Amino acid sequence: MIEAINEALDISMAKDPDVVVMGEDVGYFGGVFRCTAGLQEKYGKTRVFDTPISECGIIAVAVGMGAYGLRPVPEIQFADYIYPGLDQLISEAARLRYRSAGEYIAPMTVRSPFGGGIFGGQTHSQSPEAIFAHVAGLKTVIPATPYDAKGLLISAIEDNDPVIFFEPKRIYNGPFSGYYDKPVQPWKKFDASIVPEGHYKIPLGKARLATEGEELTIIAYGTMVHVVEAVCAEKGVEADIIDLRTIVPLDIEAIEASVKKTGRCLIVHEATRTAGFGAELSALVTERCFYHLEAPVERVTGFDTPYPHSLEWAYFPGPVRIGEALDKILSE
Amino acid sequence: MADRPPAEGDRTAAKAGDNRPALSLHVPEPKFRPGDTVDFSHIEVPEAGAQPRPDETTDPKDMRDFAYGLIRVLGDDHKAHGPWDPKLDPETLRTMLGHMAMTRAFDERMFRGQRQGKTSFYMKCTGEEATSVSASMALAGDDMIFPSYRQQGILIQRGYPMIEMINQIYSNKGDKLKGRQLPIMYSSREHSFFSISGNLATQTPQAVGWAMASAIKGDSRIAATWVGEGSTAEGDFHSACLFATVYNAPVILNVVNNQWAISSFSGFAGAERATFAARGLGYGIASLRVDGNDPLACYAAEQWAANRARANAGPTVIEFFSYRAEGHSTSDDPSGYRSAQERDEWPLGDPVMRLKNHLIAIGEWDEERQQAMDLEAAEYVKKTTKEAEANGILGHGLHHPFRTMFEDVFEELPWHLQEQAEQAIRERETKFPGGLDL
Ligand SMILES: Cc1ncc(C[n+]2csc(CCOP(=O)(O)OP(=O)(O)O)c2C)c(N)n1
Repeated sequence: MIEAINEALDISMAKDPDVVVMGEDVGYFGGVFRCTAGLQEKYGKTRVFDTPISECGIIAVAVGMGAYGLRPVPEIQFADYIYPGLDQLISEAARLRYRSAGEYIAPMTVRSPFGGGIFGGQTHSQSPEAIFAHVAGLKTVIPATPYDAKGLLISAIEDNDPVIFFEPKRIYNGPFSGYYDKPVQPWKKFDASIVPEGHYKIPLGKARLATEGEELTIIAYGTMVHVVEAVCAEKGVEADIIDLRTIVPLDIEAIEASVKKTGRCLIVHEATRTAGFGAELSALVTERCFYHLEAPVERVTGFDTPYPHSLEWAYFPGPVRIGEALDKILSE
Repeated sequence: MADRPPAEGDRTAAKAGDNRPALSLHVPEPKFRPGDTVDFSHIEVPEAGAQPRPDETTDPKDMRDFAYGLIRVLGDDHKAHGPWDPKLDPETLRTMLGHMAMTRAFDERMFRGQRQGKTSFYMKCTGEEATSVSASMALAGDDMIFPSYRQQGILIQRGYPMIEMINQIYSNKGDKLKGRQLPIMYSSREHSFFSISGNLATQTPQAVGWAMASAIKGDSRIAATWVGEGSTAEGDFHSACLFATVYNAPVILNVVNNQWAISSFSGFAGAERATFAARGLGYGIASLRVDGNDPLACYAAEQWAANRARANAGPTVIEFFSYRAEGHSTSDDPSGYRSAQERDEWPLGDPVMRLKNHLIAIGEWDEERQQAMDLEAAEYVKKTTKEAEANGILGHGLHHPFRTMFEDVFEELPWHLQEQAEQAIRERETKFPGGLDL
C-alpha cells in the first residue's frame, strides 16, 4: 500500500504542477513510513519539503496555499497528532468555501497513518475518523487495499474540498487477518494489491463490495475489512462485506440495498464505540431499513478506553469479538 | 479540475511586460548528508570561561548576548574556567559522573532489549546525558519536572528505582503504569516527575501552569520542563513562553538542541535564523545558551535559572546546544539522512568523557576507577534487568489483568465500561479456555 500511495502522489505531482507535498520528515528522508520516498529528488525542494513540527502550522499553511491555488498534500505523521491542528482543520479549512460563498476554497488532502496494531501505545494508534465525520465540510477517506489507496488518493488530491485521507498503517505492508500471532502475508500475494500503472480514479463516496453473501451485511473500512473477511471465511459465513472507502460522503445506496437484501447488519470499526461512526451507521440503517431488519443492528468496535500498549490485542476488535457478534445476529 | 480558478501564480507570471523579479521559496538544507565530509568549523565555540555571569535578577533586556553566545566552563585543558564554574566538590562531581555512566549503561542494555524483542521501542540519550543529569542535580528533589522522552537521566539522578523503569519499558505485570504507555514514557509523582506524553511540547505550558499554581499558593517549589528543539515549533511552546513571562512564573524552559528531529535538522525549527535561546528574548524571558556537552556549564545554567525563579525574578529559557549521537529511536536509521561522521566530528565532545577527563585533570579520578565504575553500572543494569524480566517482557503474557484496561478511564467505572470489561474477559476465555490471569 505504501508503494501505491507513493505512486498516487508521483502521478498527481507529474500531472499538476500545483500539487505540493509537505510534512514532518517527508522531504529528504521520504517520510517515516516511506510514503513520500523519492519525491523530493524528482520534484525538487519547493514542491516536496520538510516542515517544522507544528501540525497547526502545517494545516494552516495548507489553507493559505489552497487559497492561492495550489493543491497541498500535507502529511501528519500519525493521526494522533492531528489534534494540534484541529482548529485550522475544523474552523478554517472545512468552512472556507462556505463562509466565503465559494470565493475561496481549501483543496487540500491531509494524509495520515492511523489505527492500531503496531504496538504504538495510546499516542500512535488512534482512529479519530468520527471527529472528522462530525465536521461539516470535510471529506474522510479510508482505503483498505493498495488499488483503492492509489485511486482514492488521486481523487482526493483532485477534489476541490479538504479531504482527510487516513492510511490504516496495520495494513501498509499486507492485509491483516486479526490474528496478531500469525505471520502477515505481503500484499504481493493478493489480487487487491495489483495496482495498474498510470492515472486512475476511484470516486469518493462509492463503496466497494468486498465479498457477496446472503446471510448478513457487514459494514467496515480500513484494516477491519480484512479482519471481517478472514472471520467470515473461517466461520463459513456468507456476507455482503461493504468496504465503505469513504465515510463522508457515504455510499448510503450500497448500504441500503444490501441490508434490504440480507435483513441483518453488523458494523465493525476499530475506533472507540461511544459516538463512533458506527453509531451513525446504525442510526441510518435503522431509519432506512427498519422494516427489512430481522435482527437488531450490531456494532463491533474498540473499547471506550485509550489504546493500551501491552493489552493492545485485547483492545483490538478481533476475531473473537466479531465471531460473537456474528453468532448473535445470525441466531435472531 | 476545470471548475477551479487558475492559480494566482499562473496569472501574474503570464502578465506581459512584467519585470518584477520572481519570488523564490527558501527550504532549509542541512550542511551535510550521507556521504558528505563533515566540517563543523562554522560552529562558533567560544573559549571556556569567557562568558560573564550576570546576577540572577538581571533584566532580560540586558541579557541579549547570553541568548546568542555559548556558556562554557570546561576547557580543552579539562579544567574549569570562569565565573560560571559552579565549584562543585569532587564528591559531587563523581556522583554526577556516576549518574551519567549509569544512564549510558541503561540505554545500552535497553536498546539491546528492544533488539531482542523484549519490548517494542526504546530511545537513547547518548551524548545528551549532561542536559538531564547535570541540570537536574542543580534543582531540588521536589522541584517539579515536566520531561520530554529523552530525560531518563533525571529519573536516574533522582534515585527512581531502575526496576520500575524497566518494568515500564517491558510493559510487564510490575509496570506501575499497567502497560498502558509506550516504553520510556515514565511517570513518578513521588519523584516529582510528570507523566510523559507522546504528543510533543504539550508539557511545556503545563509546566508553566504548575509553576503558576506554586506561586499562587505561596509554595517554594519551582517547575522545569524539557523539550527538543524540533518541538519548539509547536504552538504549545509559544504559549508556554507567553504565559511564563506574563505571570513571571517560577519555571525553567529547557530546550535540548540536539540538532536533529528524526530526519529533520534544526533548520526546520528555525535554527538558521535565531538560536533557540533567543526564542525567549522576544517574550522578555531571560535566556541562556549553553554548551550542552559540558556538564559543569549545564549545572551552572540550571542553577542560575533555579535561583532566579526562587527569587521571584521570573522564568528562564535555556538552550542546551548538544548533539544526538544515536538514532532518534529504535525505529530510526540515521544513516539514511545524515553523515556518519557527524558524531565523531561534533566539536563539543562527549559529556561523559569531558567530565571524566576533568576529574582526572584535578587529580580526583583515574582510568581504572572509571573502568570499574562502568563495569559496575553495566552489572547493576544487568542484574536489575533480570529482576524486571521475572515480571515478564512485552507480549509474553505476564501483563496486567484485562480488567485493568478499563480502570482509570474515569474515577469510577461507568456501566458501559463495566460491560466492555466483561466482554474482554469473555473473549479471553474463548481464546484460552481454562483461563489465564484475567
Ligand atoms: C504533536 C506531535 N507531532 C509529531 C510527533 C512525532 N514525533 C515524535 S518525536 C519527533 C521529533 C522530535 O524532535 P525534537 O523535538 O528535536 O526532539 P529529539 O527527538 O531530537 O530529542 C516527532 C516529529 C509527535 N510525537 N507529536
